[in-house]
Amino acid sequence: MQDPCQLVRKTFGDPVADDLRFVVKAVVGEENYIDMTPNKSNNYCCGGGGGFLQSGFPDERRQYGKLKDDQIKATGATYCITPCHNCHAQVHDLSEHYGGHYNVVHLWTLICLSMGCLGPNERTYLGEDLAELLMPEVREEEE
Amino acid sequence: MVDEVVKIGKKRKSAFKDMVKSILPEGGNLDACLTCGLCSSGCPATGIGDMDPRKFLRMAALGLDEELTTHPWAWHCTMCMRCIHACPMKINIPQLVFNARKAWPRDKRPKGILGSCDMALRNDTCSAMGATEEDFEFVVGDVLDEVRATQVGWEDLEAPVNKEGAEFFLNQNSREPVTEPDEMVPLWKILHKVGADWTYGTKGWAAENYCMFMADDEAWKHIVEVKKKAVEDLRCKVWLNTE
Repeated sequence: MQDPCQLVRKTFGDPVADDLRFVVKAVVGEENYIDMTPNKSNNYCCGGGGGFLQSGFPDERRQYGKLKDDQIKATGATYCITPCHNCHAQVHDLSEHYGGHYNVVHLWTLICLSMGCLGPNERTYLGEDLAELLMPEVREEEE
Repeated sequence: MVDEVVKIGKKRKSAFKDMVKSILPEGGNLDACLTCGLCSSGCPATGIGDMDPRKFLRMAALGLDEELTTHPWAWHCTMCMRCIHACPMKINIPQLVFNARKAWPRDKRPKGILGSCDMALRNDTCSAMGATEEDFEFVVGDVLDEVRATQVGWEDLEAPVNKEGAEFFLNQNSREPVTEPDEMVPLWKILHKVGADWTYGTKGWAAENYCMFMADDEAWKHIVEVKKKAVEDLRCKVWLNTE
């Protein structure tokens, strides 16, 4: 899981990072969770913050994000959870650009998946392994 | 190795550094740097454009104001605060970077950030993508109708807009209603499951604030005030911004 700078280091610190881990472990199972290093307040910014995604420096932004990509790859995890909007856009781009092809998902996606209520149109960022998992019942829309 | 010697005139003094120092809260200090390099060793922006946080601060200390306030690194640093977090002297380098951004002529700042800020100033939604009050209300209603009609067990799902007196006023990044509206649904479901009393507002709903990244204080303030007024007008108790 990426620790969003704004939420963790810049605002609520390690206690909220622990809260995030409590939720994620409850959702995916403790045995399926692996932290990147360093983490919590010491985690690195992904490079999507401060307006970098919009500033027109894609090469520099990806150079910045190389550290994040290396950190994620070192875990061997197939999913990176990004509980921040900018982190999601940046880490998703890093996964494709540097060829790691790990999946990058919003926290809300995994919470609803685990509750069995993630609808068919809400699965854009899930990998093939989870794409059909716990699919809730749907009916045809009446015209 | 440094191949050029930087010559410093005797009387050269950093007006820029003194200005930044003057606005730092009590205890803020830019002269206490031990040059230990903890900032740079843990900074993902180290090396971009041959710059790093320690070098940036040393340049300020040496009075290299012009070089500092024209170097694009001010836009490569994300002001993530990891340097000050690691610094034994708690030196606020991100504040220095923010003020370096501010030193750029407004029209020379990165076009993408400038355009997003200016777009947000155009109407009270504060959307950097220019989505209007009508656009937002329509998209939310449209997505909600489809979920209610097609997803079994979610016939009562709500996505209130302008609900007066709700506990939470929720902001939403423009990217969802504009480019991937289905991504709003999981959040609505979670709020529904926990029984949260929440609402969107047609005014001030957009979570992003590029005027802050642009270091345009007046515009930044305007955006925050528009959103604050929207929360207060609906008499909501908590303003939730997920950015």
